[in-house]
Amino acid sequence: MGSINFNNALGIHDNALQVRAKRAEVLANNLANADTPGFKARDFNFKAMLEGEKSKRSLEMATTSAGHQRGRVSSNEDLLYRNPSQPSIDGNTVDTQIEQSIFTRNSMNYNSSFEFLSGKFKGLKGAIRGE
Amino acid sequence: MSLSNVFDIAGSGMNAQSIRINTTASNIANAESASSSVDETYRARKPFFAVMNQEFLETDKNNNFLHVKEGIGAGVQVKGIMEKDAPLQARYQPDHPMANDDGYVYYPNVNVVEEMTDMISSSRGYQMNVEVLKTAKQMLQRTLTLGQ
Repeated sequence: MGSINFNNALGIHDNALQVRAKRAEVLANNLANADTPGFKARDFNFKAMLEGEKSKRSLEMATTSAGHQRGRVSSNEDLLYRNPSQPSIDGNTVDTQIEQSIFTRNSMNYNSSFEFLSGKFKGLKGAIRGE
Repeated sequence: MSLSNVFDIAGSGMNAQSIRINTTASNIANAESASSSVDETYRARKPFFAVMNQEFLETDKNNNFLHVKEGIGAGVQVKGIMEKDAPLQARYQPDHPMANDDGYVYYPNVNVVEEMTDMISSSRGYQMNVEVLKTAKQMLQRTLTLGQ
């Protein structure tokens, strides 16, 4: 029963997709607050976040009884503050061009994770059809 | 679904920047609104922004309250609009119909140069949020084609 199992078949890519989507939210929040006095830009430690996602530590709620529903919480445990390269006088540490480039790169990475995941599904489909 | 939160976040950013552009327009339009008394003179208006924080309560297994946890933030909000404290301009124009007994007319404390830079800043901020929205839309649309 091990060969066709979603967890084995999909590998890291479904987790990566979720972390990328979460990261897009954080970066969008940085960009929306580009003019907010005192706002500190934040970002994930991507590696730690992905590790947590893989081991189901950070985002998945524990199910200790058979009747429990699985659920996810958004947490800020892995959320760090960015070191500003040009801090402004009002305490804001958002560098729009940096955030913009990271946001774009994140969305490219999202697309590549998506492409991998999509390929996995295509492979599974092919295996089921026996083509 | 976190990608749909991006829509709300970018939307809040666009809303805040459009309010800022509105106050700028009002300030520039009223830059020369003369008045005969200090109290009635228009003063430059500035919105001030604040982070919209999402907070949730963390509880233990028995539903006992542990502490308030801060979320990753849900965009930006306009906390309020305040009037600038800078002194008004008093000009000596005894022939002006609005002149007071001493011959002075009061003009607003609008600094047009500052308003123009504010306008450029907010229009760039608006554009940036639109770009974010566009990218998030593409990502979400892509996701809908998973497995096809």
